[in-house]
Amino acid sequence: MTAGEFPEGPQLDAQINRRRRRGAYLRISFLASLIVAILALLTLLFNIVNSAFGLVALESEVAPAALVEALGLDTTSSALVDLSKDDLVAVLRTNVNNNVGRRLERDQRFYDDRLVFETQTKWDELCGRAVDRPAGCSTGARGRDDVYALVIEQIVQPKVRETWLLFDSIFHRAGIEERAAALYPSADLVFRSWLSVDFVTSPQSPQAEVAGVRTAILGSLWIVGVTILFSFPVGVGAAVYLEEYARDTRLNRLVQTNINNLAGVPSIIYGMLGLAIFVRVLEAFTSGAAFGGVEGSVTANGRTVVSAGLTLGLLILPIIIINAQEAIRAVPQSLRSAGMALGASQWQTIRAHVLPNAIPGILTGAILAVARALGETAPLVVVGASTFITADPTGPFSKFTALPIQIFQWTSRPQDEFRNIAAAAIIVLLVLLLMLNATAIVLRNRYARRV
Amino acid sequence: MPDENAFVRTTISESAKVMPAQLTSAMEIRSMNAYYGSFRAVKEVDLTIYDHYITALIGSSGCGKSTLLRALNRMNDLVPGARVEGDVHFHGTNIYADDVDPVEVRRRIGMVFQKPNPFPKSIYDNVAWGARVNGYRGNMAELVEGALRQAALWDEVKDKLDQSGYSLSGGQQQRLCIARTIAVKPEIILMDEPTSALDPVATLRIEELIQELKERYTIVIVTHNMQQAARASDFTAFLNMDEDRAGRVVEFGRTADIFTKPEHEETENYITGRFG
Repeated sequence: MTAGEFPEGPQLDAQINRRRRRGAYLRISFLASLIVAILALLTLLFNIVNSAFGLVALESEVAPAALVEALGLDTTSSALVDLSKDDLVAVLRTNVNNNVGRRLERDQRFYDDRLVFETQTKWDELCGRAVDRPAGCSTGARGRDDVYALVIEQIVQPKVRETWLLFDSIFHRAGIEERAAALYPSADLVFRSWLSVDFVTSPQSPQAEVAGVRTAILGSLWIVGVTILFSFPVGVGAAVYLEEYARDTRLNRLVQTNINNLAGVPSIIYGMLGLAIFVRVLEAFTSGAAFGGVEGSVTANGRTVVSAGLTLGLLILPIIIINAQEAIRAVPQSLRSAGMALGASQWQTIRAHVLPNAIPGILTGAILAVARALGETAPLVVVGASTFITADPTGPFSKFTALPIQIFQWTSRPQDEFRNIAAAAIIVLLVLLLMLNATAIVLRNRYARRV
Repeated sequence: MPDENAFVRTTISESAKVMPAQLTSAMEIRSMNAYYGSFRAVKEVDLTIYDHYITALIGSSGCGKSTLLRALNRMNDLVPGARVEGDVHFHGTNIYADDVDPVEVRRRIGMVFQKPNPFPKSIYDNVAWGARVNGYRGNMAELVEGALRQAALWDEVKDKLDQSGYSLSGGQQQRLCIARTIAVKPEIILMDEPTSALDPVATLRIEELIQELKERYTIVIVTHNMQQAARASDFTAFLNMDEDRAGRVVEFGRTADIFTKPEHEETENYITGRFG
């Protein structure tokens, strides 16, 4: 070692300090990147929550108090909410015209033992029919809460006049009250959570107040179900072939390169592929006509759950293949050698050692891919998601809508209320995604523990 | 260098002359060449593996010992681009013949690897799996116990057969791998530097075990450790690299002869540590 080749003494100190400072700057900039990411995420969450809750000005056609008063009950203190079923039916009877009343009764009776709007002879005749028998003939009577909901929907008819964001509702309440009092003198100012049990369990509706996401949730689940059924076995199979069986030939390298590139193709391209192949060419199969399982009136011409599911399946197939390949590649070669050296066939070795050790990685990759499919909108628009359906999907050949489609439609409406329910739907979608990821973690941990 | 190859062959036959008459061969390797792609890793090997004896393959790193060993039960087939030319006779059948299934070859000629590689399964399953996939129909518990006893591991693991094979120490794991190999009842066990990843105590136990296994099995062992070859084997083949980097058997004979009066200067240089 020659003196002077490396810095010594004060020079060394200065040099080390310089090196350290550079590291410190980098560390701070890494932290800053992290903070930017977290801030972006928080802003997003704030925005969503801000829209999903807040004050609304509710104006009723008929004041509930007036309805109660009109009944002329002894107890003057009772409000509409506290009325008994009999009283509520009486309210309906006096405030709803007979046609509407009969329609309601035909949907579901008010009492098992007597009729309210319909006459007994007419009812017997209706129920005696072979076709177009009213649903009310075979179902039980409405409950008290159901009747209350009817009163609200048919008579009180609360309308949202204006909505406010959560932030304003909390911090500028006085201003809002002033404005509401000036513009809507008869309106009630109430705090409303747009995300509610009703919201999750109600079907789509043109009225934002009663619209829900049940149809969209079920649509999304059906589609993702088809997607998983298609892309998981196919993807894992392809990955096993590429990793364990395929020789290193030019053709196989080409296939591999293509798979890697396909993972980056914009999703709308897959939508067009799905439209061309599943909706048009394979219409006989994707509409269910080939299986004879569809009634003529509800046919969706191939724009069905199965088309959407297969399209999303194609979209995430490369992602599943690549992830599964990496998981399979990570299984130590020594396990394969050990298996083969015992006189096991190649498949026995793959089945007993390669796949069990790769499955946590395969599952993680697959579920992340499925989470992506759950959030995809563009391909579904192209494949032909229904813009407005209230009927739940009942099978692979149903028309469909999905959560992201629903959100997309609601956000493009001009009315404020739709922005609120879009935010609520986003929360539902996020919760669904979190649940999916939680499943992934649970599954992975369970399989990882076995080894 | 054809002359030298001819000489190797004579050496073998001369050694064979001094062998006792009851020696029978388990494997006969004739003019075998092993390639990785276009690279010839082992050339013109002629070697006889004697039944119920321990044959050691020694030589410097990269001289093709492991390639030769792996060619004996067609494990080389698993390496992309690898191929073997020439004959490897096992009970009179060339294991590289078209109608021979490598899966069957590997069941009858087992292999123990350099690094202990138990399956990430229970100790019991580690031993039972090989037998199960080969369609063993007997009493599995007995087979597992027998294999573990032969591998001198039974007393240490009999109370924790359901624990992971990874819970064992390195030496125990290697004995578990030996038990696993024994459980499919092979005739020949190939060992690729089985003690190179183990400490001296564990190494000694494996060496003792190998001596016990000799009663039932023919063993071929690759080793870097000269003392191990001298201590543990009956026959020794010394491999060396040629100028073209292909490995070649320089000398083969009784271990005692190889280590006391080697016929080749190369061999003498290697075993006395004056190599390279």
